[in-house]
Amino acid sequence: MSGLIIDDISMTFQLPGGGSVEALKNINLDIKEGELMSVLGPSGCGKTTLLNILAGFLAPTSGHSRLGEDVVTGPHPARGMVFQKGALFEWMSVSDNIGFGPKMKGTPQAEIDKIVEELLDIVGLQEFSKKMIYELSGGMQQRVALARCLANEPDVVLMDEPLGALDALTREKMQALVLKLWKETGKTIILITHSVEEALLLGERLLVMAPRPGRVHKEYRLPFAEIGAGADLREVKKHPDFGPKRDEILNMIWDMEEEIMGRKEG
Amino acid sequence: MLEEVGELIVTTLWMAIGITGIFLLYVAIAASCAFVAKLILQGRKKEEGFNSLKTVTFGDESSVSANRLASVLGVIAIFLLWGIATGSKFAPPILPGPHQGVATFEYTAVNAAGQSDTGTVFVHTHEEGDTPTLTEIGAADGFAVDDVVQVKVRRSKLLKAQNNDEGGKEDGFRVTHINSQPIEADQTVDYDGGSLKMTKKGSLSIAPYPGMTMEALYLPPPEQVWSTFLDLNANGYQNVGLWENVFWSLSRVVIGFALGALFGIPLGFAMGLNGWLRGWFDPLVEFMRPVPPLALIPLIIIWFGIWEQGKISLLFLASLWIMTIAARAGVSGVNISKVHAAYSLGASKSQLLRKVILPNSLPEIFTGARVAMGVCWGTVVAAELVAAEKGAGKMIIAASKFQLTDIVIVGIIIIGIIGYGIDILMRKAENRLIPWKGKG
Ligand SMILES: Nc1ncnc2c1ncn2[C@@H]1O[C@H](COP(=O)(O)OP(=O)(O)OP(=O)(O)O)[C@@H](O)[C@H]1O
Ligand SMILES: [Mg+2]
Repeated sequence: MSGLIIDDISMTFQLPGGGSVEALKNINLDIKEGELMSVLGPSGCGKTTLLNILAGFLAPTSGHSRLGEDVVTGPHPARGMVFQKGALFEWMSVSDNIGFGPKMKGTPQAEIDKIVEELLDIVGLQEFSKKMIYELSGGMQQRVALARCLANEPDVVLMDEPLGALDALTREKMQALVLKLWKETGKTIILITHSVEEALLLGERLLVMAPRPGRVHKEYRLPFAEIGAGADLREVKKHPDFGPKRDEILNMIWDMEEEIMGRKEG
Repeated sequence: MLEEVGELIVTTLWMAIGITGIFLLYVAIAASCAFVAKLILQGRKKEEGFNSLKTVTFGDESSVSANRLASVLGVIAIFLLWGIATGSKFAPPILPGPHQGVATFEYTAVNAAGQSDTGTVFVHTHEEGDTPTLTEIGAADGFAVDDVVQVKVRRSKLLKAQNNDEGGKEDGFRVTHINSQPIEADQTVDYDGGSLKMTKKGSLSIAPYPGMTMEALYLPPPEQVWSTFLDLNANGYQNVGLWENVFWSLSRVVIGFALGALFGIPLGFAMGLNGWLRGWFDPLVEFMRPVPPLALIPLIIIWFGIWEQGKISLLFLASLWIMTIAARAGVSGVNISKVHAAYSLGASKSQLLRKVILPNSLPEIFTGARVAMGVCWGTVVAAELVAAEKGAGKMIIAASKFQLTDIVIVGIIIIGIIGYGIDILMRKAENRLIPWKGKG
């Protein structure tokens, strides 16, 4: 295992009308092994594009990324992805979804069963192993998605707004779960979110991106994830630094949004 | 040309009026049944479940479920209308039936000598196949001799009353009155069992009252269709059993459809997964899709003859494009996140195809299969109408040549029921095999 390196990545989409969008411009990042990084930014600043490039679904127009020595050229089990929704296989039971990755690798069924059982235990879905996906609530489905990704033992877990569709309470529980998994497995995690609080809680490192062209605007090192991994998340929010940081970042994003709106109107 | 178009428009307008009439009648019956049902069911327990708690139902399609009572009554109403229209024994006699039995009228004739006398005509109106016991004619008291006439129900009969009269062949002999009403050539006079018209030559065209119910030739009453069904069930028609006919039609459909699915689904997948193959087959598929299978029948007969090969080829072609397009739609309907997720989890292309794309496109494929089965069933019957040894369509067309309307109707009902049955089975299979449909 080793870190994820993003080397001068740019991405320009050619539009069918003839124009082009600079979704990303000269992104350089060095993500250490075991790092928990959250990414924030106004809509359209290229977060999803960046994650898709890291996952290997898109090739950047220039630059490259690599995991250790392996240059990213396509999807690979070492880089797992948790989607916002719609990526689970409805025609399979919860266990079959979780066991999908190992099964593709040809792992013996007995071993798969063991992995699945362990993960069901971790995400708290022991009783639902035989249920079909559509019989689960949104929060449960995201836990399955998380478990499915982890079953494959990826080095890096990429998450694009994994909790975006959940209600506040479920979301809080899932945040705690992500922190717990991060602490226990020591995986590198990159998590995109629209919630500033979530970014603060789930980021040792927090990246704020700016749009047009998509670029890194500011980076933070934060203590909250480390604290939250062993404590109640609500306690973390009472930390004296939490409120000020939240307001600072909120204002930053607000300013960017206003700039975009202004530019559009102008 | 312009004239024909004008005629077409007039015909269309008449049809619109006719359809409106029938439709209004049926809707009126439906509405009155609804009213009566509501009165009867008032005070009974209300429907339960979530839907009963919805306050917005009008416009919320999901809260509208088919009222089973209405379905049953609707079917009964059709049978009732059918029975009434055909004068069935089991329907209330709302429409008067045709005259049957004996009716009499008197005619007055004048002979060559200028004398007049009256004779009686006994008209025996009877069903086809019956042999009525005819009235015995007594000795005549004058030169006009009584007549006995046999007429089939709803038919007419020409009677030359003077033929058996004394001096009836002489010039000047003619019939002047019917039941004391004067009559001349081309005039029509009613008698108590119908009407009669005098022809130019002085004969009487006797037409017993035909009634307002339909003749079995056009539409037999339900009980006759039922007994025909029992007869067909036991004895078959033209040495082929009823169910043998149905079996052959069904086998063709199943084989043709299976072949279509066997080749169409992989073709659709190929088109959904490969740009070259999509480009290669797109023009062909898009061209063949709108060509109705029936238009291919002549070609198929020329190429493959009228035997099984021809019909199965036709059904293969009927289902092939539908299944191809369904499978292609199934592939393009895969949520891209699922594909990305599968690759990220280490799936190979063939694993992706088998574990993700195939199951994900099953709902589309099933929808296509239902459509294809319907089309195949319709096509096989039509193909058998054109040429076949055995089959439901063949039975209908053979019977129609002898105007055996009851067999035709039995055939139509069986075809409808089986088509409906196929669809119900497919839907049941769908619910069992792809319970996740619409829940992705
Ligand atoms: N396939 C594409 N073709 C053309 N333009 C694209 C494509 N995908 C993304 N873009 C453009 O690239 C920019 C970045 O998109 P991206 O989806 O990465 O934003 P995002 O930060 O994830 O936004 P959100 O927070 O709304 O998810 C946007 O301006 C978008 O319009
Ligand atoms: Mg996005």
